[in-house]
Amino acid sequence: MQTDFLNEARRQAEICNACRYCEGYCSVFPALHAERAFSDGDLTQLANLCHNCRGCYYACQYTAPHEFDLNLPQALANVRQESWEDLAFPRAAGKAFQKNGVMIAAAAVLGFALLFWLASILKPVSGEGFYAVLSHNAMVAIFLPAFLFPLLSIGISLRRYWHRVGAQPLEMVHLARAFRQAANMKNLKGGHGDGCNFEDEDRFTHARRAAHQAVMYGFLLCFASTSVATVMHYVLGMPAPYGIISAPKLLGLSGGLLLVLGCVEMIRLKLKSDRQLGANKAFGGEIAFIGLLGFVGLSGLVLYALGQTSMMPVLLALHLGSVLAFFVLTPFTKMAHGFYRIAALAVDASR
Amino acid sequence: MTRPENTPDIVVIGGGNAALCAAITAAEAGARVLILEGAPKTYRGGNSRHTRNFRCMHDGPLGPLVESYSEEEYLADLMKVTGGKTDEGLARLAIRTSEECLPWLEAHGVRFQPSLSGTLSLARTNAFFLGGGKSLVNAYYRTAEALGVQVEYEAKVTHLELNEDRIDFLDYTQGGKSHRLAPKSVVVASGGFQADVDWLARAWGPAAKNFLIRGTPYNRGVVLADLLEQGIEQVGDPTQCHAVAIDGRAPKFDGGIVTRLDCVPFSIVVNKDGQRFYDEGEDVWPKRYAIWGRLVAAQPDQVGYVIIDAKSLNLFMPSVFPPIKADTLEELAEMMGLPADALLQTISDFNAACGNPSDFHPTELDGVSTQGLTPPKTNWARAITEPPFYGYSLRTGVTFTYLGLKVDERAQCSIGNRPVSNLWAAGETMAGSILGQGYLAGFGMTIGTVFGRIAGREAAAHAN
Repeated sequence: MQTDFLNEARRQAEICNACRYCEGYCSVFPALHAERAFSDGDLTQLANLCHNCRGCYYACQYTAPHEFDLNLPQALANVRQESWEDLAFPRAAGKAFQKNGVMIAAAAVLGFALLFWLASILKPVSGEGFYAVLSHNAMVAIFLPAFLFPLLSIGISLRRYWHRVGAQPLEMVHLARAFRQAANMKNLKGGHGDGCNFEDEDRFTHARRAAHQAVMYGFLLCFASTSVATVMHYVLGMPAPYGIISAPKLLGLSGGLLLVLGCVEMIRLKLKSDRQLGANKAFGGEIAFIGLLGFVGLSGLVLYALGQTSMMPVLLALHLGSVLAFFVLTPFTKMAHGFYRIAALAVDASR
Repeated sequence: MTRPENTPDIVVIGGGNAALCAAITAAEAGARVLILEGAPKTYRGGNSRHTRNFRCMHDGPLGPLVESYSEEEYLADLMKVTGGKTDEGLARLAIRTSEECLPWLEAHGVRFQPSLSGTLSLARTNAFFLGGGKSLVNAYYRTAEALGVQVEYEAKVTHLELNEDRIDFLDYTQGGKSHRLAPKSVVVASGGFQADVDWLARAWGPAAKNFLIRGTPYNRGVVLADLLEQGIEQVGDPTQCHAVAIDGRAPKFDGGIVTRLDCVPFSIVVNKDGQRFYDEGEDVWPKRYAIWGRLVAAQPDQVGYVIIDAKSLNLFMPSVFPPIKADTLEELAEMMGLPADALLQTISDFNAACGNPSDFHPTELDGVSTQGLTPPKTNWARAITEPPFYGYSLRTGVTFTYLGLKVDERAQCSIGNRPVSNLWAAGETMAGSILGQGYLAGFGMTIGTVFGRIAGREAAAHAN
């Protein structure tokens, strides 16, 4: 990890600890106030607890031009970003993708191209609907490793995280508390329930919290749709395609809509926000990732709408290509923050 | 020259808590209000940026406040710190009105901390702002602008033209340009003069050059001086101010809360000659905190040095600058520029006077005191023996001055025995009307809020 980012975060944390005005905003400050000195691991934990809501920045009387020059959201964002690169498995992939929008776009294009190519060479002789373009077995052969590898990678990263911050063995009660906080995004409420200061200087709004909820629940609904379909296929012997009044379609449609709207709003808010309060270098990578995630949702919706037309094979390859790219990139893009955040919240609950 | 149709009904001079309370109240009464804030936007809010809480009377649980805090108890607390130097009528007005202010603050966007850790246990008497004073200021600016209040930053008021008993014109400069306005009403809420060190030195003597200014560098008392020169009634002693002992390494201006040091009760404090000069264990820190500013100011070069040992390091709030640390007292003396022989003698005398420390209790008056020592240490007296040893320097930090404009219960200024018909004052500019000396935590915000609202109401009534 870059020691200058850590040292800057340490300098700022010590000033915050002498002030304590921000105590009620989020989980970061009570955790910070529990220490008198901050190890690199402590700072990594604080950084991953921070949701970059910026409430503390706008409340702070020590921001530039004051000579203390506090900008805790940015200091923690830099440490957080570095920690994700550093903890990633394999590490080189973390370095390549975390900050790099071009690399994410390139990986996505590669994913689309691979799917088009596979679809052309693996074109089945028989099959219905999507399976007429790519056989079911071929899809499984492609997506099973693309799903399992990221899980393995993230598992290794989280173990590294646990070790770095010096956390206790995981207990279910702490994990449950972490999931509860993530489920309602307590730390984006600003401690007073008015929301955060993300997009319009010191004005409190719930916009980012709402957008983030839409993305998260939209994604989870889409994921649930695929999971239900998998169960229907293998356990219930009900292969696709499914009608509109079926669990996979209802989940997928609502999830896809939420996901797309959430991503569009998230990008809009990000463009309005002050970039100097986040990890500036990661801005491009984050926008590219949200773009890719939004495209997964959008291509899925378009595929549903135009699935009966001659455009279906092209749309299918685009959708599956984006899903492929998304899965493979999950441990190395902004998507990883969800896992680290849950980990940080669980560690915090255990202290 | 501003055209007449752009002339606001009311000009509020200043941009801190009192100014904003006045502007919001006047705008809600239908007046067109202009705030002239001398600081740039990033530094707006005066000393309110650095404040933290609001002392509030209450009959029962109110907002974040627990139990009750009666008018009599509040007044008794004020009498204690001021030694009776207060206008009881105005003080009672401020105290009584504070109760209705708390819901008013909340209705205008201010948010409070639900509870507080750290060392201050003031949950009954003081409501703490979530995010501190700057978040309060931000909320008020949002509220004021939504009400149509105009705000000009870096707008420095240079002169109010008094004609008989009325302000006819107001001059200010902004971006190198001069402007003259003729508002119907004027509210002065531009703070004390503590950032004008020359003025401080005229009042205090040359020692004041060594003081640090805890608050905003923009409170230079320009409007205050202008009005006093024209004969507006003044109040308060120019040598009285809110002065505390802060970390000697703090910035010259604007260091704010983080420069405080809470370690004095667990320490000995010596001057530059290595001599103790006051009972460090007189009372718990928040209560005795404010007296140390004056104690240090009376020492040579206006500096003091706090010495503790390893066993005390974690008993107080973390300091913003790390302490000076040494394995021996000789080394510490050298690092702090103190005469080693004198310091060692002082510590050895102190250690010899310390009795049995087994009743030591860091959070209450424990009666663990020295025997036969002058000055004594009457609580928390434990021998300084355990290395490493730590030291901090102390200097006098001025928050705000008490010399100001005398006001009546309608916040109106006067000249001779008659009121100035369109001039009101609020906040630190008139706080000397109530605070003759000493300080009560959170009372500055009470005065600012109460008199800001009164000034806004009266200024609007005059203008409408």
